[in-house]
Amino acid sequence: MAEGVWTIAEQREGEFRKITYEIVSEGRRLADALGQELTVVLLGSNIKDKAAELGHYGAEHVQVADDPRLEKCTTDAYVSVISQLVKANDPAVLLLGASVEGKDLSARLAGKLDVAMAQDCTEFTIEDGNLVAVRPIYAGKAYTKVAFENSMPQLVTARPNVMSIAEPDTSRSAQIIDADFSLDDGDLKTKVVDVIRDESGKIDLTEADKIVSGGRGMKGPENYNILEELADTIGGTVGASRSAVDAGWRPHSDQVGQTGKVVSPNLYVACGISGAIQHLAGMSTSKVIVAINKDEDAPIFQKADYGVVADLFDVVPALTEEAKKLQ
Amino acid sequence: MNIVVCLKQVPDTETQIKIGPDNKSIVTDDIKWVINPYDEFGVEEALQLKEKFGGEVTVVGMGPKRVTESIRTALAMGADKGILITDDALEGSDSLATAKALAAVLKDLEYDLIFTGQRGVDDDMGVVGPALAELLGIPNLSLIVKVEAAEDGKSVKVNRPVEGETLVIESSLPALITAQKGLNEPRYASLPGIMKAKKKPLEEKTLGDLGLDAAQFGEGARKLKILEMTPPPERAAGKIVEGETPQEKAAELAKLLHEEAKVF
Ligand SMILES: Cc1cc2nc3c(=O)[nH]c(=O)nc-3n(C[C@H](O)[C@H](O)[C@H](O)COP(=O)(O)OP(=O)(O)OC[C@H]3O[C@@H](n4cnc5c(N)ncnc54)[C@H](O)[C@@H]3O)c2cc1C
Ligand SMILES: Nc1ncnc2c1ncn2[C@@H]1O[C@H](COP(=O)(O)O)[C@@H](O)[C@H]1O
Repeated sequence: MAEGVWTIAEQREGEFRKITYEIVSEGRRLADALGQELTVVLLGSNIKDKAAELGHYGAEHVQVADDPRLEKCTTDAYVSVISQLVKANDPAVLLLGASVEGKDLSARLAGKLDVAMAQDCTEFTIEDGNLVAVRPIYAGKAYTKVAFENSMPQLVTARPNVMSIAEPDTSRSAQIIDADFSLDDGDLKTKVVDVIRDESGKIDLTEADKIVSGGRGMKGPENYNILEELADTIGGTVGASRSAVDAGWRPHSDQVGQTGKVVSPNLYVACGISGAIQHLAGMSTSKVIVAINKDEDAPIFQKADYGVVADLFDVVPALTEEAKKLQ
Repeated sequence: MNIVVCLKQVPDTETQIKIGPDNKSIVTDDIKWVINPYDEFGVEEALQLKEKFGGEVTVVGMGPKRVTESIRTALAMGADKGILITDDALEGSDSLATAKALAAVLKDLEYDLIFTGQRGVDDDMGVVGPALAELLGIPNLSLIVKVEAAEDGKSVKVNRPVEGETLVIESSLPALITAQKGLNEPRYASLPGIMKAKKKPLEEKTLGDLGLDAAQFGEGARKLKILEMTPPPERAAGKIVEGETPQEKAAELAKLLHEEAKVF
């Protein structure tokens, strides 16, 4: 019978990404609820010395797939390795992060393992020994609770920023295993030929703890510096509405909403954003929402925990000053 | 270069979603159905590649008869032909079953590239594209914002933004690409385009036509069971921050965020 919880670690240049700690912590909770063990798969090149840390977060086993061809994540190589390990070990739960990488790997794994999957979940529970997942649909306009039938492993991804990270316990340690896999160069059809780094060092919106977003009320691209300043002061990232993106003021990757990024930060500050349904859909799972808008009837105020009816060009710089005092 | 675009019909993004009396589905009366926005990027990219390399663009959709209208829209944008997989037995199929039905059509087509959307803005899954590529045994490139095909039409180079960096990936063809916002600006269908679309071939196929077993599809065969659908959790009524001047309001807000919400 299928047994055990498996998660796939995500690393970049040998450093774990935050999502890794989130899913390993969540994997531990699920393993405890099932009374089973947690295994983490770590793929990369020259990566083995990183494995021990995962033990502190509760992994009993770390399967290390170390190979120069796994240095950068490509779907074909990673899916080949993960599916070989999963088939050989028959876990009950396979949990990945709903990051750009995890969403793609899991979707292809669903095809490869011939199982169903639930993408971008915000809550997991174990009911009668089975995994039950909650996921927002229609970009958060509704929620659905799902479970699997005749589908093992139960394959899910967890939305970034939602699962809490456990306190590491250095007295715990994991068994480190050299994963048993083979890769045939003839099967690898894709290759990373270049990496364009984002020099700004900007944290991706899906992973940001705080977001300061600006909409059409910003009036032009030159005014975003006041949002950048607030974001810098509070340790946040700047986002935008589609109107601001379509106007060419901000890059596509900044768009929050149903056809942009769906975000769940601890703090979302909407400046000069009216709160169209497509925008609200993308940010309504934020923990605390602030709206700054001069129109008291703007729909954004219906979603906001704190509303400021005023001109953003007065309020935002003043708020930055206040934030500086608190730092 | 022959290109297939998979097209899903979804509720217009303006739609207020209401949960049905069964608590397991949404109310579909009064919904305006549109092409999934990410599939429009796929259609546009396919048309641009066709303009450069020649070949044919085929649009494949699965769903009820109303999907015909969305396929016609893609034909009016400039695609050459359409295929609609439609069968009552398909109703309620999950992502995996959908990928299998699409694969059954695609295996008989000649293609160099397949486009799907990075996700449907209805179920927000993003599973059908990569799963379909796996079933067809071809590579997939997900969340792509730039496609460059080699002059000989035998390989592609794509840009894939991951958090904080962009991977430039080369792949042999055939391959499947999932389209992300930023790839292009989809064109509108022109009036002559709309007239021409009426005469373009649009074939319908049932599960039987594809040699598929109806028992493997639809609600009953779902491997991902929907236990319940609910409206989003209510947010408690918010506060309007008081103050005589914008500066006072900013100070009050900072205080609330610091002391009450503890996020500042
Ligand atoms: C298919 C489709 C998909 C879409 N997807 C998305 C999506 O993913 N994300 C998204 O955001 N939108 C999306 N939209 C667009 C959406 O419908 C709205 O048009 C858009 O969100 C509006 O952006 P906005 O709030 O910045 O602009 P507006 O609606 O124009 O609002 C500007 C606000 O700024 C306020 N304002 C102006 N000046 C000031 C000032 N000095 N101080 C304070 N407040 C001020 C105004 O009172 C107003 O409320 C989509 C639309 C469609 C059709
Ligand atoms: N019923 C369908 N018919 C055609 N294409 C589909 C269908 N369902 C999904 N797709 C394709 O797969 C993409 C992702 O959909 P999904 O996995 O449902 O989020 C869509 O953008 C479409 O390109």
